[in-house]
Amino acid sequence: MEKTQNNRAWFLVLPMLVIVAFSAVIPLMTVVNYSVNDTFGRNEFFWAGLEWFDETLRSERLWSALGRNALFSAIILAIEVPLGIFVALHMPKKGFWASFCLVVMALPLLVPFNVVGTIWQIFARTDIGLLGHTLWSLGIDYNYTANPLHAWLTIIVMDVWHWTSLVALLCYAALQSIPEAYYQAAKIDQASRWKVFRYIELPKMKGVLVIAILLRFMDSFMIYTEPFVVTGGGPGNSTTFLSIDLVKMAVGQFDLGPAAAFSIMYFLVILLVSWVFYTVMTNMDKEEGV
Amino acid sequence: MARITLSRLAHSYLPNPADEAQFALKEMTHVWRDGGAYALLGASGCGKTTLLNIISGLLRPSQGRVLFGETDVTDLPTEARDIAQVFQFPVVYDTMTVRENLAFPLRNRGKAPGYIAARVAEIAAMIGMEAVLDRKARGLTADAKQKISLGRGMVREDVNAILFDEPLTVIDPHMKWELRTQLKALHRQFGHTMIYVTHDQTEALTFADQVVVMHDGRVVQTGTPEELFEAPAHTFVGYFIGSPGMNLLDARVEGRRAHLRGGTVELGAAYPALEGRVRIGIRPEYVALTEGPGLPVSIRRVEDVGRHRIVRAELSGAPIDIVAEEGERLPAEPRVVFAPEKINVYADDWRVEGEAA
Repeated sequence: MEKTQNNRAWFLVLPMLVIVAFSAVIPLMTVVNYSVNDTFGRNEFFWAGLEWFDETLRSERLWSALGRNALFSAIILAIEVPLGIFVALHMPKKGFWASFCLVVMALPLLVPFNVVGTIWQIFARTDIGLLGHTLWSLGIDYNYTANPLHAWLTIIVMDVWHWTSLVALLCYAALQSIPEAYYQAAKIDQASRWKVFRYIELPKMKGVLVIAILLRFMDSFMIYTEPFVVTGGGPGNSTTFLSIDLVKMAVGQFDLGPAAAFSIMYFLVILLVSWVFYTVMTNMDKEEGV
Repeated sequence: MARITLSRLAHSYLPNPADEAQFALKEMTHVWRDGGAYALLGASGCGKTTLLNIISGLLRPSQGRVLFGETDVTDLPTEARDIAQVFQFPVVYDTMTVRENLAFPLRNRGKAPGYIAARVAEIAAMIGMEAVLDRKARGLTADAKQKISLGRGMVREDVNAILFDEPLTVIDPHMKWELRTQLKALHRQFGHTMIYVTHDQTEALTFADQVVVMHDGRVVQTGTPEELFEAPAHTFVGYFIGSPGMNLLDARVEGRRAHLRGGTVELGAAYPALEGRVRIGIRPEYVALTEGPGLPVSIRRVEDVGRHRIVRAELSGAPIDIVAEEGERLPAEPRVVFAPEKINVYADDWRVEGEAA
């Protein structure tokens, strides 16, 4: 059968394409432009080829920031995903306390990022902060401004506080969609609590977990505001993640060329990792579906 | 295996039921014989599933006790009751293969692998799924999934009872018949107590030796299919069993006679003076059209259902159904006669036993 060709439909897509062009494609091209040129301002550009890429790839600075960021993402994923599942499993299913929990859980998600940073920056201070002062009073020599380990711990706890809710809420939604009959059948079959989790709850949560892991990975890999407010990347460079480093380079030092090259590689890394993640997860799905 | 006794059982979904209307299940005492094949029949929402869930322990009754044999299991959780239940909609473990699904109840009880394998093979043959044993359950059709649910219900041999909650709703008609036959065969072979909930009278009557009819939270009659047909204890049974249901006509009963609006009919037995709304019930199968003496009716329409015809008529304004033979000529001035011994008498919906003739 002949299909009717009607290209007028493209006009409907046009507004969206224009918006995307102005919001994403054109700015990105500017970055590409900077990354292959040298500039001293005044809109003068000198062709630099792949020099900035070459320089950035060789720089110790990029690799150590990448390493720190990868470690950070790994740690917070390893904490937030299991913790989020655990919280979701233990939330009340209905009634007043279910709504209450939902509201409380949603609160950290509604706080602006820089406010989260400020809250924790003050909270962890040893002179006036509740947490910092308490630890200090207990005789623990806690100081996140001087001790890299303490700085890391503070930032990780902050991120867990901020984002575990997201994982928990997504999982909770998935759990709510499981019909009661499944739990009843599991009782009839004498399935243990672990087996109920493994064979009923986990398969139902898998879809949202893929989304949660992807979101948490991308966000944590791009994290900027909170550590910037709390530690400013310090002490030393110990909490300088990729974004923080990038801003230092571009705005602090005004090295626009290397910063642009850095941005592009940064973008490609996130794109690559997300793609790998997604492909692996969806393929697992297909194999099981057979 | 055990006899199941429900003693003064009642259930309400409200915490503090004020009156009887708030009980989903009115107080009842009922014994399910060990090894019986029961059908629990009733319209949707009459409390069938509630009753089933109480037996399996998924629901704790508001009052009364549940006994398996001599043991009181009212406070035992489902897991400790050794009972199998199949639900209306398929419940399968998506990430497992069909084989693992069938083996699941046995594995959880720590049975030997050899025994599990043999049992799974047997059940797979019964539900016709040997070919797909190693496939994931997720990709299967709804009726295949329901067959797995059925299989999981039947795979254990040591259960106290197997409860079926309208299990064949999602299965296509041909397969329905076959599975029901297999359930029946299974019952004959192993003698499990089986309780089969349905709202389909054909299903109930073909499956069970004893049919328990529920209406509005109450068991209104327990009996063989024949008893339910010939002597319905409640007008609901008369109406619900049989196609079309029993004709019910308002009457005044005096001794061996019933006075209807259109005339008087002879009864098979004598009755005492009756209180409340009195009606006589007669199956359409026992109403005959005639040109001779009888009660005059006007025929509204005739439905041909294949083996016979259903004549929808009116008797002095009250609807009456008559089953007529295929090819039987309909009289020009139709009258009906009732077989006297087939007439049941009801006072306020409950059947009244006549005095011996």
